[in-house]
Amino acid sequence: MTSSVVVTGLGVASPNGLGIQDYWAATVGGKSGIGRITRFDPSSYPAKLAGEVPGFVAEDLLPSRLLPQTDRVTRLALVAADWALADAGITPAELPEFDMGVVTASAAGGFEFGQGELQALWSKGSQYVSAYQSFAWFYAVNSGQISIRNGMKGPSGVVVSDQAGGLDAVAQARRQIRKGTSLIVSGAIDASVCPWGWVAQLASDRLSTSEEPTRAYLPFDREAAGYVPGEGGAILIMEDAEAARARGARIYGEVSGYGSTIDPKAGSGRPPGLRKAIELALADAGVAPGDVDVVFADAAADPELDRQEAEALNAVFGTRGVAVTAPKTMTGRLYSGAAPLDLAAAFLAIKDGVIPPTVHIDPAAEYDLDLVLGEPRTAEVRTALVVARGYGGFNSAVVVRAAA
Amino acid sequence: MTTPRRVVITGMEVLAPGGIGTKNFWSLLSEGRTATRGITFFDPTPFRSRVAAEIDFDPYEHGLSPQEVRRMDRAGQFAVVASRGAVADSGLELAGLDPYRVGVTVGSAVGATMGLDEEYRVVSDGGRLDLVDHEYAAPHLYNHLVPSSFAAEVAWAVGAEGPSTVVSTGCTSGIDSVGYAVELIREGSADVMIAGSSDAPISPITMACFDAIKATTNRYDEPETASRPFDNSRNGFVLGEGTAFFVLEELESAVKRGAHIYAEIAGYATRSNAYHMTGLRPDGAEMAEAIRVALDEARMNGDEIDYINAHGSGTKQNDRHETAAVKRILGDHAYRTPMSSIKSMVGHSLGAIGSIEIAASALAMEYNVVPPTANLHTPDPECDLDYVPLTARDRKTDAVLSVGSGFGGFQSAVVLARPERKLA
Repeated sequence: MTSSVVVTGLGVASPNGLGIQDYWAATVGGKSGIGRITRFDPSSYPAKLAGEVPGFVAEDLLPSRLLPQTDRVTRLALVAADWALADAGITPAELPEFDMGVVTASAAGGFEFGQGELQALWSKGSQYVSAYQSFAWFYAVNSGQISIRNGMKGPSGVVVSDQAGGLDAVAQARRQIRKGTSLIVSGAIDASVCPWGWVAQLASDRLSTSEEPTRAYLPFDREAAGYVPGEGGAILIMEDAEAARARGARIYGEVSGYGSTIDPKAGSGRPPGLRKAIELALADAGVAPGDVDVVFADAAADPELDRQEAEALNAVFGTRGVAVTAPKTMTGRLYSGAAPLDLAAAFLAIKDGVIPPTVHIDPAAEYDLDLVLGEPRTAEVRTALVVARGYGGFNSAVVVRAAA
Repeated sequence: MTTPRRVVITGMEVLAPGGIGTKNFWSLLSEGRTATRGITFFDPTPFRSRVAAEIDFDPYEHGLSPQEVRRMDRAGQFAVVASRGAVADSGLELAGLDPYRVGVTVGSAVGATMGLDEEYRVVSDGGRLDLVDHEYAAPHLYNHLVPSSFAAEVAWAVGAEGPSTVVSTGCTSGIDSVGYAVELIREGSADVMIAGSSDAPISPITMACFDAIKATTNRYDEPETASRPFDNSRNGFVLGEGTAFFVLEELESAVKRGAHIYAEIAGYATRSNAYHMTGLRPDGAEMAEAIRVALDEARMNGDEIDYINAHGSGTKQNDRHETAAVKRILGDHAYRTPMSSIKSMVGHSLGAIGSIEIAASALAMEYNVVPPTANLHTPDPECDLDYVPLTARDRKTDAVLSVGSGFGGFQSAVVLARPERKLA
């Protein structure tokens, strides 16, 4: 019998709210954080909207010595980890150091930091490159910095599977807890809202070029024409259930099931792997489709990818067989940060008995999904499914449940 | 309680400096030759360190198509070539398996650095533009932005549709990628994993960032002997590139199909020093803990280890750190156990080297030969173990410990053993 793994703390940095309270109030209230980019002048680019985390002042929240060596993505992650630990009532210094680890996902590392150093290299010369470049930009930076700040010496790791990575990290964290580590800090924060990151994202040809924040990111809508990227995500404190109960922790819920696949190469004639990933996650959790109260959709806002997701959900749950929502319509797609933020939303939905809405869309009838539109829906939520897909065909799914 | 599933290596392929293909790689190691040289990929004169271990690699010779070459960074090309080679070496017919039971892990510390460096130079017009110009971007730049593209390419190349990801834990990525894959097979999430790692970091931005912290050696007047782990004269590592991939299978099914088994991945663990992004405490306590847990998982005692494949990067702090770590766990047995660094010959390929070193460890078991530490003439007095200087050594090798240490504080250890051994 493998032990149960629960989430006891959440730290959120989202375009529609910094911190759990602001995020959840905005999300239930249908308040979007998508707007015209302010971090650089986007006028020369075909896509001009993003979900930027508002009001984040790293100088107020982190020691000054950390600032020159960290990208925005790492500052957000360090602060979100601090908040998640506080939310869980954990003081790391009081716990055995080898009994705590950090497993995060990343998509692009500290890309803005990297742009600055590449510019120093090519415009001025190699001797102008920062002594921090060797680690400030790379994918492992958030796990490394969180482990150092909190004295966590247990098993740590980093996965990169584009937008699916946030769920893969949570699954890897669960694996480590099942192998005997009491606590893992997991989740992900991503941010590459800088010109260099923007140009690289534009190359995917999947960004929306709409300039109207309420009409730009429209998953499952007949007018779906790409997504709006964002920055942020969530950090989760995951613990062995018995250890959490023994210390009297408040438990948001259990990470009960996980499944992951990758789509076959285009032209192979084989079906995409999303349905299989969902079925694996349900089987792993030991729940039937009918037990699932809500699905947090990947919501790519690409007509073909939307169709694939709707088909997978309808194949598993039956036509309009489950409530489906995409609160990421209020944040944009946060890469590896997206699914951990959806997990946070799922736990808050379980706690408050309310499903946050999908905003701005007029769903195409042929998808036949029971989308929660415009207004939050009151519902008892005991079991939720979070779905995430990454560029290149990554499919991951996680089932979470209310604490037993 | 059921017996946990055990995981074995049944196929491998290595592309390393001085040795493309497993056979050439092993020749280089067993003959103690070095593949470090003055950098040829770009003009190294502005840099403090001007030496590297480069591969003479023509992707077309290895079966990649022009479009594959266009859309993949060099590290991605390495990964695809090596993963195909590993599958061929295993004799496994993947087409006969449920593709959802076959997964992929690719370790990489710095992803598509080479491609990103080149593309940045263009879109910024040599660093001139703050608002870089998207009209000059390569069509596949997104694949460079997010290096999970490597895992997707490998999955497509071999026909895997199971759990697939990139593992990116700096310089331990190559061990951690294999460790991640082993855990997936053990827990039953996959039956076969195509696991390995790849990095191709030899580009101006990488040279510059290691120059800035003097992590790489400046011994460019003697490039062939520039990588000198454990030697008193060493003063930094030599950057390398490369890849190694494995076919990992569950033991019983490998035996049933009569596969050649190189070794069992008997134990694996990773721990963090929670100390510094680039610095190491001299006591090696966290690497020691990783070794202890890996041995425990393998159900082995330290004195059963016949060979230690060192991280051996050739920085003073590393060489002392891991010497201390090994002594903490192996005690007196540490002094009786050969411990060598192949980075003396093939350089330090960051996230790839951990897998390349697992390949070297498996080959040491295959041939009962321990590769040497090249360029080791006068050991650092604080490094007093048997580092196998200069020449390979015949030695019955049934169990190997390989360790890695990396930026971010990651410390990893893996134990390879013969599956037919008696379990304690």
